[in-house]
Amino acid sequence: MIDLSSINPVVLAAALMVAATPILLAAIGELVVEKAGVLNLGVEGMMITGAVTGFAVAVMTRDPYLGLLAAAVGGATISLIFAVLTQVMMANQVASGLALTLFGLGFSALLGQGFVGVSPPRTPRLDFGWLTELPVIGPILFRHDPMVYVSLILVAAVWYFLNYSRGGRILRAVGENHEAAHALGYNVRRVRILAIAFGGACAGLGGAYLSLIRVPQWTEGMTAGAGWIALALVVFSSWRPWRVVLGAYLFGGIIVLQLNLQAAGFRIPVEYLAMSPYLVTILVLVVMSSGRARKTLAAPGSLGRPFHASG
Amino acid sequence: MPPAKAGFSNHAGNNLTKARINRETFMHRRHLLAASALTLGVAAAGAALADDPLQIGFIYIGPVGDHGWTFTHDKARLDVEEHFGDRVTTTYVENVAYGADAERVMTQMALSGVEMIFATSFGYGPDVNAVAQRFPDVAFEHATGYIQEAPNVSLYNARFYEGRAVIGHIAGKMTETNTIGYIASFPIPEVVMGINSAFLHAREVNPDVQFRVVWVYSWYDPAQEAAAAEALIEQGADILMQHTDSTAPVTVAQDRGIYAFGQASDMTSFAPESHLTAILDEWGPYYIERVQAKLDGEWEAGDVWHGIDDGMVGFAPFNDAIPEDVRAEAEDMIERISSGEYHPFTGPINRQDGTPWLEDGETAPDGDLLGMDFYVEGMTGSVPN
Repeated sequence: MIDLSSINPVVLAAALMVAATPILLAAIGELVVEKAGVLNLGVEGMMITGAVTGFAVAVMTRDPYLGLLAAAVGGATISLIFAVLTQVMMANQVASGLALTLFGLGFSALLGQGFVGVSPPRTPRLDFGWLTELPVIGPILFRHDPMVYVSLILVAAVWYFLNYSRGGRILRAVGENHEAAHALGYNVRRVRILAIAFGGACAGLGGAYLSLIRVPQWTEGMTAGAGWIALALVVFSSWRPWRVVLGAYLFGGIIVLQLNLQAAGFRIPVEYLAMSPYLVTILVLVVMSSGRARKTLAAPGSLGRPFHASG
Repeated sequence: MPPAKAGFSNHAGNNLTKARINRETFMHRRHLLAASALTLGVAAAGAALADDPLQIGFIYIGPVGDHGWTFTHDKARLDVEEHFGDRVTTTYVENVAYGADAERVMTQMALSGVEMIFATSFGYGPDVNAVAQRFPDVAFEHATGYIQEAPNVSLYNARFYEGRAVIGHIAGKMTETNTIGYIASFPIPEVVMGINSAFLHAREVNPDVQFRVVWVYSWYDPAQEAAAAEALIEQGADILMQHTDSTAPVTVAQDRGIYAFGQASDMTSFAPESHLTAILDEWGPYYIERVQAKLDGEWEAGDVWHGIDDGMVGFAPFNDAIPEDVRAEAEDMIERISSGEYHPFTGPINRQDGTPWLEDGETAPDGDLLGMDFYVEGMTGSVPN
């Protein structure tokens, strides 16, 4: 009755990349934010805001790419609330981030009221010509929607920026030791606000990937915890861009694999697999709250600490 | 009846996201602060004045916009408001997690003068009973529950398995690959019962039919449900059923050109060609009846399990894709279930392991159904623990 061959690893690998893309997008944005020394727990709120703004604009303009752009703008805009609270008004980052999540969930429900049950325009897959026809590699790598590739390009860009550009080094300096960076004449607050906006834009894209490509429809609360997984991924990857890809594909892989194993009729401990991403998330968040663990994980030195120039 | 399973706690992963509370509750909080100077007794007495409208609270497991379970309860809340006008006021809190969150929300409601609370999800059972014992004057109505440890806790449920029998019949007739995909939430009796009911009636008309079940361990997770739908289609399913609340599976079905049945509310608009029908949750009539009883001072704790005949289980319009004869058979079955002539679980039925469950002609006792933790004969796979 049970037939291992009924699971096609090629289809599985392709599905894994799609399942991982929203959390990958959100996580790479949050990585930059945290590298700048800011802990923004509002990823879920920014994602859902991006999901609804992207959806609304795509439906109104009938253009999925404008929708994705709007999602990035929407995510960045809402993240600026967090930026103002934490960077200008010196509010607590954890509380502000949580508030941003709550606000985003409510605000998106309000914005999305007229869009429930509407079909968005579809995002076409990229056409790679003959590459698509390659055995195994073709279906895995060359039959996706553009955002799968955008997410990977974004990771590469972040990796290059953080390691090899002047701007990236400044950002890291701000995150490692904001007082020293300030003494060197860098504008800590400006760097952080820009990083927060970038993180918001990425989270917004991740949300819109769900509402425009993955599901594709708008329903309230549709991110269903993806933002929290993204947050955990950043820690899981010890703030390294390529490890975020690894982590995201691992998480995406667990999700897709367990569903496929079930569909194929395997007896697997589903309940544990299904909750594993959340368990890991909780574990990681607990670990992150301990100072010593943070040091061993090589967390940015000033992560989560407020900075005031006069001090 | 097994106690609530630990598996539910994986909702906890979303606890933080579920804490969204609507504005009315924030107002309650403020009210609560203002009232804290007074004794609680004074506040309660004030709320109980006869000419004040009856305050009714609702707590929901999901968002009101899910277009599934919570959506239907909120629709019923609006029915109550419309029916009673000025005589009632309603408040609701959505995305309330089981456990401490639920207890806190209900306690706040009770403290702020709410006299009747509808707790609309299975897992609220222990919380409802705990709060009910502290507020004996508040009437609690708990959907799909089974714990009644206080005289002011009422239980109500719908016989969704009656609807699942009908869609099982339609699916059995219409599948070409003989594979039905079933997206299930948690392995609780309610869900297992639905799978068995659908499977029995699909098998009845199609001896080759197989069910593939995927448990997503969530009532509402569009991305996960969409992934499950795709995995099932990959395994050859050409008709999907769901016992989860989002519209994602029917959307996937529409995209992939297969059929699907909606859940809880009419999901036709999400999948015009694919949506064959949906089992509808119609809570309005019951809510109105119970609120009326409370207004008349005649409310008593009860335990009801209504089906198609009481109008608690309904159907969305049948899709034109359903062949005329199948439609007629389905309508006939609805008629026979409604009149009490036919019970969807009528023996002979064996358990999956071949041991007899129901004798020939015997119908399933409610107790058996409410504790159902096994598949019937012919099902593949196993119910997770």
